[in-house]
Amino acid sequence: MRWGVVVFPGSNDDRDNLRVAERILGDEAVALWHKDRDLRACDAVVLPGGFSYGDYLRCGAIARLSPIMDAVAEHARGGGVVIGICNGFQILCEAGLLPGALLANRSLKFVCEITNVRVETTDTAFTYGCRAGELLSVPIKHGEGCYVADETTLAEIEDQGLVVFRYADRSGRVTPEANPNGSLNNIAGVCNAGRNVVGMMPHPEHAAERLLGGDDGLKLFRSVQAWVGRDSRSPRREPTVVPGP
Amino acid sequence: MAGLRARVYVTPKRGILDPQGKAVQQGLHALGFPEVGDVRVGKYVEMRLKDVSREAATERVRAMCDRLLANKVIEDYRVEVDEETR
Repeated sequence: MRWGVVVFPGSNDDRDNLRVAERILGDEAVALWHKDRDLRACDAVVLPGGFSYGDYLRCGAIARLSPIMDAVAEHARGGGVVIGICNGFQILCEAGLLPGALLANRSLKFVCEITNVRVETTDTAFTYGCRAGELLSVPIKHGEGCYVADETTLAEIEDQGLVVFRYADRSGRVTPEANPNGSLNNIAGVCNAGRNVVGMMPHPEHAAERLLGGDDGLKLFRSVQAWVGRDSRSPRREPTVVPGP
Repeated sequence: MAGLRARVYVTPKRGILDPQGKAVQQGLHALGFPEVGDVRVGKYVEMRLKDVSREAATERVRAMCDRLLANKVIEDYRVEVDEETR
């Protein structure tokens, strides 16, 4: 399959995601510049972590106005896979492609640590190859990761099973102590109703090689491969001509 | 048409946790201001407007808030528009 990783000014995990797709999974992968208007026939698009536009105004608020975001939204509407990690998650929330918002961590401190996340549903593009309840060891590194939504939205998210990951302790219990940023209901990641758009604060791309401490994150990228390959649910597009520079 | 100035105040919604406000409140208490109750920390945006009537300006600025300046999931806003004084 073919991956696209969007590069915004201030993105800093774009290379890590490209490396996972290309070097570890052996797939095709292209970097998509934020000013592009075409996804270059990618099956899955990743919005990477970083500090797009210096986090001006609100994290992700300016990035979602980038020209490429129209194509990303259209891809999402057509059932195509869109993954947002950390700043990418914030951008998807700001763009209205995912419910809720991300606020400053309750501690007001930047957190950088390994967390355990529990897979809450396997019916999403990013968890299709996981087991329900599976615990994954994945790092976080963010200052604004406190997931919030109004009461009605939160109830809908929970009722429709749109919570994809929750912070948990080592034995898989969802406790206040295991919550690194104050997110409501320990939410670490959510998906849209179509389950093809997934956002999460932890970084699976930083947990994709044993040599670097663990490869639990790889299961999520392999899930996308399985999701894209399974049937026509994720539409394949005809390659489009990319205009020259 | 005289220039207009818009002032936009964006604040965390009631009921939304405001850790910054909490930290500022604690700081003020530590400095000997025990009278300080709830503190909300927000943003202030000021802009000059041209070629628009005062009535239309308010509507336009509210649209700007809805679409960019505030995130209605977590923030409220208030808009003031007045004649620019030089």
